[in-house]
Amino acid sequence: MRIALNDVHKAYNQGRPNEFWAVRGISLSLEPNRVMCLKGASGSGKTTLLSIIGCLSRPTSGRVVLDGKTLSGLPERFLTEVRRHTFGFIFQRFNLIDGLSVLENVMLPAYPLGPNHGELRTRAKRLLGQFQIADKASNPVNWLSGGEAQRVAICRALINDPLILIADEPTANLDSSLSRELMGLIDGLRDSGKTILLTSHDADVYASPVVDRVVSMRDGRIVEAGD
Amino acid sequence: MIDFFRRQRYLVDFTLSSLLRRKGKHLGMLLVYSLVVFVLASVMLFSHALQREAGVILQSSPEIIVQRVVAGRHGLIPGNYLEPVGRLRGVSATQARLWGYFYDAALKANYTVMVPPDRQLGHDEVVIGNGIARIRGVDIGDYMTLRAHDGGGISFRVTEIVWPESELVSADLFLISEHAFRSVFGIPEGQFTDLVLSVRNPREVGKIAEKISIKLPDARPILRDEVLRTYGSVFSWRQGIVFVLLSGAVLAFVIFAWDKAAGLSAEEKREIGILKAVGWETGDVLRMKFWEGAIISLAAFLLGYVAAYAHVFYGSAGLFEPVLKGWAVLYPDFRPSPFVDPLQVISLFVFTVLPYTIATIIPIWRAAITDPDAVMR
Amino acid sequence: MLLNPSVMALVLASAMVALMVMLASAFAVQVLAHWDIASGSARQLKLERRTYLISTLLTWAFVAELLSLLLFVHNAEAMSDQFVGAMCATGVLNLNAWGWPTLFLKIAVFFGGAVWLAMNRLDNQGHDYPLVRVKYALLLVLLPLVLAEFVVQLLHFSEMTPNVITSCCGALFSADAEGVAAQVSALSPRTALLALAVSGIAVLSTGVLHARSVRWGLPFAALSILAFGMALVGIVSLIALYVYEHPHHHCPFCLLKAGHDFVGYLLYVPLFTATGLALSGAVISRWQHISSLADAAARERARFSWSAVILFALFYAVAAALVIASNLTMMEVWW
Repeated sequence: MRIALNDVHKAYNQGRPNEFWAVRGISLSLEPNRVMCLKGASGSGKTTLLSIIGCLSRPTSGRVVLDGKTLSGLPERFLTEVRRHTFGFIFQRFNLIDGLSVLENVMLPAYPLGPNHGELRTRAKRLLGQFQIADKASNPVNWLSGGEAQRVAICRALINDPLILIADEPTANLDSSLSRELMGLIDGLRDSGKTILLTSHDADVYASPVVDRVVSMRDGRIVEAGD
Repeated sequence: MIDFFRRQRYLVDFTLSSLLRRKGKHLGMLLVYSLVVFVLASVMLFSHALQREAGVILQSSPEIIVQRVVAGRHGLIPGNYLEPVGRLRGVSATQARLWGYFYDAALKANYTVMVPPDRQLGHDEVVIGNGIARIRGVDIGDYMTLRAHDGGGISFRVTEIVWPESELVSADLFLISEHAFRSVFGIPEGQFTDLVLSVRNPREVGKIAEKISIKLPDARPILRDEVLRTYGSVFSWRQGIVFVLLSGAVLAFVIFAWDKAAGLSAEEKREIGILKAVGWETGDVLRMKFWEGAIISLAAFLLGYVAAYAHVFYGSAGLFEPVLKGWAVLYPDFRPSPFVDPLQVISLFVFTVLPYTIATIIPIWRAAITDPDAVMR
Repeated sequence: MLLNPSVMALVLASAMVALMVMLASAFAVQVLAHWDIASGSARQLKLERRTYLISTLLTWAFVAELLSLLLFVHNAEAMSDQFVGAMCATGVLNLNAWGWPTLFLKIAVFFGGAVWLAMNRLDNQGHDYPLVRVKYALLLVLLPLVLAEFVVQLLHFSEMTPNVITSCCGALFSADAEGVAAQVSALSPRTALLALAVSGIAVLSTGVLHARSVRWGLPFAALSILAFGMALVGIVSLIALYVYEHPHHHCPFCLLKAGHDFVGYLLYVPLFTATGLALSGAVISRWQHISSLADAAARERARFSWSAVILFALFYAVAAALVIASNLTMMEVWW
């Protein structure tokens, strides 16, 4: 699963007086089965770049190529199809749905695929077990602590068995011991064959030995391509 | 195919839990929706029931009624008009009837006074309908006095109270003998109120009516079918008028639905953003939202319809009687017989569920196209 | 006449369908003007999102049209006792020149909608939306049909005057009135039987062929329309006679009544569905040559064609059963 970006630009409010180019001419290639970290201050465009790589938004110009197939021109319907099976997202604020249980939150991304219910539940429970929160499966999510919610978010990202995991500022709401624990989990995920892309301005993350490559960004451009 | 159903099942699952999470907002909508369905359904059910009742009653009425017209008004008809009319081919039975209205000043109510065709009553006997019995508080053996045309009073002893299946016609009946009738109203011998004819073959009715109007130029034949048609028209028309008046309410409801669908709270917007971000496509979100609408519509339709059914058939449509039945003092205790007509149900659907669904299309679409990366910020 | 609630519901439904198709058309024009699948600009994104709105509007318009078709037929039936001589829905439709056109327009809009939805479904399977222009052009063709249906239906209802008692004349009026022709013109039963048989064999065989090969698309579509027409004529000229057990009762609507065990639904539902599926299948195979749609088109073509064939076969089977099981025997038909 090799992702390459070719001269990608992204503008917001294009054509209007408050036009803003968040990403300016980025070319990047993501090696499979590695952990890559995007480093930069807020406003450097790393979140935008993340959403473009993860097919959450389309670039204004330039191409995103996945294993030779151009994704950037695909209409939303197909982009979503690709995204479901390729990417798993972990958001900065976890973004779990209040009012649903932990198990339901984990199963949610699979709903539109209409899988067999029993199989889905088993899969979800197995994932929760892997991350040691199986006992909280039927709890509502607002009872969880920060670390537990983080782990639930990881399980949710993994439910459709994606090859690439994308995490935006994963340690922003965690203390340092939980941050280190998280990096350990990421290490384990990489070992199981996944490719991982992170953004962070936390030294615990980008300086961690788990990270294979660090890319620095400023003002929408890459200033240091790492390795 | 199976995939399709499974997918819908998951969507419905999520929708139900989503509805239950925001009970307050949806309960308000459900209430208003049910009310609209209730009102429209009540009107339709009631009118239809009245119409059917009229139809049932008229089935046993004679095919042709012959009335004499004097200066444009209904006048007394001489008994010897029966003879030429009875000789017409196709007429199987004829009868001269005596009936009229009596205004009881004490109660400000009208009685329908009639000479029964099938029985002989004594000159001081009366058979009354149970509406009169109720309102005058009289029972068998009591006396009732009518003020005759010459000012005198004629007393009658109640020998029977009528309780037939259809109260609509009999509640205000006052049956007396022919002699007594003529005494009360001062109608001379040989004169009657109208003539009735039975005709076996329905296709001959029109032709016979034509012949009557030629033979008896001052008489007008009234066909039972025409009466039925006219009732049908009037009831439809009345329903229509009520619907037109209610259209303001339906419009307000539609605007309310639009508003509710468009006014997503920040929490709801966030939820949709999350759904899009974790892999739900615009189409999936659209379908989920339409299931929401479908569930609310189904619930409201059932609730409203069942309530209307109970209101009309068990509560005798207490809220609408004046508009649809007309004004009177002696109200029969009207128990319409329950009847559900698929045509009505579809019409009701078109007036309520369809406008609701269509009003919510654009707001739902706007919600469903939320940018998934909005959640990243 | 217009104040009858069912009539009001019909006018309302048609108005809503017309409104939705007009809205969809307005959006379609916008999409057609600026569509550029290769661009990633914000405007293109907006247009792609618009397509969801158009599909939703048209799906609901189709549902509303289906309901309105059912309602129209049942309403005509219910109103028949308001008019002298109109013994059933046929009489009501014969009341003025707009009755039958309304019905035909409704059927045309129904099929037009079905074909559009099939095309839309196919287009959505191609990752470059190859059929956008054709689709929305077709929509603009559908628009005048829908508007015509609304107007013609309105005329039909507003020109109706129920025969009620007039104050002076009473029966004289209805005796004079000629009443309404409660007849539908029909072919001779024998001709209808032959036509049914021939068109049936033709459509079933081309259907099977079409399921296997895309070349039979156009013949299948043409023959299914022909078969549909022949089937309607057959119902009126032949099958109805056997169901009512009366050699001169040709009404196509009395079949739907409880008195005949609602057998009309067993005939009409498969017939309409089969024709809709056949037309949709043919439309799909027309575009099988587009690379992004090839797989999806091949699959759908087979599925639609087989479903259409099965449903057509069901229709013919039910028709045959009705004729055979009937107590009526008509000489000129069989020998």
